[in-house]
Amino acid sequence: MTNHWVDIKNADVILIMGGNAAEAHPCGFKWVTEAKAHNKAKLIVVDPRFTRSASVADFYAPIRTGTDIVFLGGVIRYLLENDKIQHEYVHNYTDFSFIVREDFDFKDGIYSGYNEATRKYDQSSWDYELGEDGYVKTDPTLQHPRSVYQLLKQHYSRYTPEMVESVCGTPRDKFLKVCEMLASTATKDRAGTIMYALGWTQHTIGSQMIRTGAMMQLLLGNIGIAGGGMNALRGHSNIQGLTDLGLMSNLLPGYLTLPSDSDTSYQTYLARRAHQPLRPNQLSYWRNYGKFHVSLMKAWWGDAATPENDWAYDYLPKMDKQYDMLQAYELMDQGQMHGYICQGFNPLAAAPYKAKLLRSFSKLKYMVIMDPLVTETSEFWRNYGEHNDVDSSQIQTEVIRLPTTCFAEEEGALVSSGRWLQWHWKGAEPPGEGKSDIEIMSSIYQRIRALYEKEGGAYPDPILNLYWPYSNPKNPTAAELAKEINGRALVDLRDPSDPSKVLRRAGEQLSGFGELRDDGTTNSGCWIYTGSWTAAGNMMARRDNSDPTGIGQTLNWAWSWPANRRVLYNAASCDPTGKPFNPRRSLVHWNGKTWGGADTPDYKLDEDPANGMGPFIMNPEGVARFFARKGLAEGPFPVHYEPFETPLGYNPLHPENKLAVSNPAARVFEQDLAMMGTVENFPHVATTYRLTEHFHYWTKHVKLNAILQPEQFVEIGEALAQELGIAHGERVRVSSNRGYIKAVAVVTKRIKALTIEGKTTHQVGIPLHWGFVGLAKPGFLANTLTPSVGDGNTYTPEFKSFLVKVEKA
Amino acid sequence: MVNMNRRQFFKVTGTTLASSSLALLGVAHAPAMAEVRQYKLARMKETRNTCPYCSVACGVLMYGLGDGAKNAEPRILHIEGDPDHPVNRGTLCPKGAGLVDFINSPNRLKHPEYRAPGSDKWERISWDEALDRIARLMKDDRDANFTERNEAGTTVNRWLTTGMLAASASSNEVAYVTHKVFRSFGALAFDNQARV
Repeated sequence: MTNHWVDIKNADVILIMGGNAAEAHPCGFKWVTEAKAHNKAKLIVVDPRFTRSASVADFYAPIRTGTDIVFLGGVIRYLLENDKIQHEYVHNYTDFSFIVREDFDFKDGIYSGYNEATRKYDQSSWDYELGEDGYVKTDPTLQHPRSVYQLLKQHYSRYTPEMVESVCGTPRDKFLKVCEMLASTATKDRAGTIMYALGWTQHTIGSQMIRTGAMMQLLLGNIGIAGGGMNALRGHSNIQGLTDLGLMSNLLPGYLTLPSDSDTSYQTYLARRAHQPLRPNQLSYWRNYGKFHVSLMKAWWGDAATPENDWAYDYLPKMDKQYDMLQAYELMDQGQMHGYICQGFNPLAAAPYKAKLLRSFSKLKYMVIMDPLVTETSEFWRNYGEHNDVDSSQIQTEVIRLPTTCFAEEEGALVSSGRWLQWHWKGAEPPGEGKSDIEIMSSIYQRIRALYEKEGGAYPDPILNLYWPYSNPKNPTAAELAKEINGRALVDLRDPSDPSKVLRRAGEQLSGFGELRDDGTTNSGCWIYTGSWTAAGNMMARRDNSDPTGIGQTLNWAWSWPANRRVLYNAASCDPTGKPFNPRRSLVHWNGKTWGGADTPDYKLDEDPANGMGPFIMNPEGVARFFARKGLAEGPFPVHYEPFETPLGYNPLHPENKLAVSNPAARVFEQDLAMMGTVENFPHVATTYRLTEHFHYWTKHVKLNAILQPEQFVEIGEALAQELGIAHGERVRVSSNRGYIKAVAVVTKRIKALTIEGKTTHQVGIPLHWGFVGLAKPGFLANTLTPSVGDGNTYTPEFKSFLVKVEKA
Repeated sequence: MVNMNRRQFFKVTGTTLASSSLALLGVAHAPAMAEVRQYKLARMKETRNTCPYCSVACGVLMYGLGDGAKNAEPRILHIEGDPDHPVNRGTLCPKGAGLVDFINSPNRLKHPEYRAPGSDKWERISWDEALDRIARLMKDDRDANFTERNEAGTTVNRWLTTGMLAASASSNEVAYVTHKVFRSFGALAFDNQARV
């Protein structure tokens, strides 16, 4: 979230799209209710189903799953055509006036630089035009035909209400009503927020859907203000923390990135990441990359990270390509991956195309499971009848399963959707012989280290030299690790302008990332968390819930990254002189000498905004981008592409171009592409989702929840039920080209047939919580059905749009 | 004092008019107590935690038995929303309200287990056996498949034949130490639930 849960109360208009907060985030949704009750806010829900969120909305509009870019692109067109934009904001804080390179092009659904064979773009033309001074050329009159404004307007000119109606199935009048409600927040005194979740992420064009939403918010001046923002409602208790800490194939902690093969030296690696300003007097904060990186290397390899070895640069693996989950299963299936470790993760249930996963896991030499609960993955080799019909004797994988603690049995910090790091305390011991994941990982490390000491082996240096200063090497405490994540001074840190002054004594915890240095004199395991455990103690454990300004900013409750800032880009809530656009909901302001207010300012504290520094300080331009440059795999402006399993077979926006039917830069492997179903055999559009009574595949082990929702079901509309002769409560078989599930049919008014391109299209809802282990009735894993194809940027699978056939079981 | 046995005593003091009952007993000098019986949670240990499910991160109060004494094993018996928490303000959803059943689920894993190739069952093993075996398997795979240089001769130091998925309900501290260890092996096939 750019903002946070409580801040939703400041909104005037709330759009829930690509999510269902009332059901999946009920206690956070309370702040929507608060906004409605006390701020006269209007709630809009756009969703394929009339969800629990929709049931309390002021306005609901249906949409065909996977077509959100058409809808949002239509909103962008409406705002531009009807001049419903926050002019002062857009002109000063976005790239509207920037000039794009002459060789940039977009033709019939495909951007310049496409290579069909590799499914990748050469992105060199996707950039601004630079002047001789090295800065981007601009045209403040916005008349230049290659200004971002003109290109944007042209790009979405075809996303008309008629197109929206035909492609999304949203009746025109309903679409226009939504436009009108959203447009009401273009004024300075009104705020609109977007709440979304995996209903946007889990599409092959998921990143671009989210981006389209963000672009709409920029036009309305809704980013950086109280009651505004782009609010990703994250699904797991610490999915934000694990992302922050870089547990992804290509990341390092704090959104630093792993080097690739082409980063042949540390100097090249750094130069590509320490962005220099693209406009005069911009902060371009990533130019400090070296400070964050060297401090990380000191936290990981201590004295072994030296200037002579470029801070242990060779200790980091270099990437030749992405090794995301879909790639991992492809490698297993080809016999090229031998071991797999699942720590609190149940991929057989959570990843797409179960049959391929079973095949892949069966080819592994070994699998290690760490979990508090029994998972389907840990028992993939066991026959559970129709729900998991395997022959154990044919599966040669060695499986070791380790019992771990759960939340109640350990202490540490979790990061909420609103970026709050909240400490929690241990209340009990685990059952049986369970151990914490810290102890397990440390014990595995200690054993492997001992083996390398004894036997030698492949490149042991990074293992033998890993910095491991913990009082019990087999079981570091959460506090020790949290302090290391924050970072400390390794020597006395002196003031560069007055070396007689010591700013920080050796060994002292640092108070913020501004203290980090690139000369090896500081360490920090994750720079964005610096400030979470300072010399004053554990900031994450703070429990003062006072809100002195009444705007919902409890700055002394826990700690928020970065720098305890609660609303990102908050300087954009002020005009270019530093005065709040909306004095009634002021977050920060410039008082002539310094920035201050109800939040930690997202700006250089002593910088007069009149000097032209933009509020988007991480971007080298200092402003927000409509034109994504090389930021996304599919191109600088979002384009609608059909799901890989499309009910149409063509892209209505580019009907003649076969390359532009589905995302031309998606993550897909040949054999998975061959398994896509077509509308002739699988005529119904399916989508998966959560229920409020369950959490993924965990709560089927929890008695109360297993009682609340005991049995697997699917939702189908009345029209489809009638067409197929299926009565409410009857069992149905739902199949895709990859397998089938059987479940009880819930025949509902909540899902209505839509008219898409003149044809009646039925959508089917598939809740995802059942499996072959648990206290609830045994069921089929919903991902038996889903396709193995991912977004072009995140490689997140397309769980939300695929084709099935529903029939009587 | 009125003569009564223990059962009668509880019966009388258990009425809603505790003060007048005590008056009946002839000992009514202390301030009136407006409770039927002592609130059970008052004698339990309260521990502050956050819900492990979604990212609203509701504050929860866990109530357990066990006073920290050597032989008293703490056990969580009740969980409710933390009324001081600025986001959930004491509320919990149907998932959070069932948390105590998660902790005490009969499907919690309790011992390290081993499934041999081709087998259709688990065998219980010790922690030492489990961890030694894991270390052996990982090291052998790494030693046999580690890539120090790519075809162009560039140092790449990567290990691609073992992958790992990390838990996005684990704490930052678990995540950090997991990343530190797994990356030191040179591993690249490494993800968490954010990917799906």
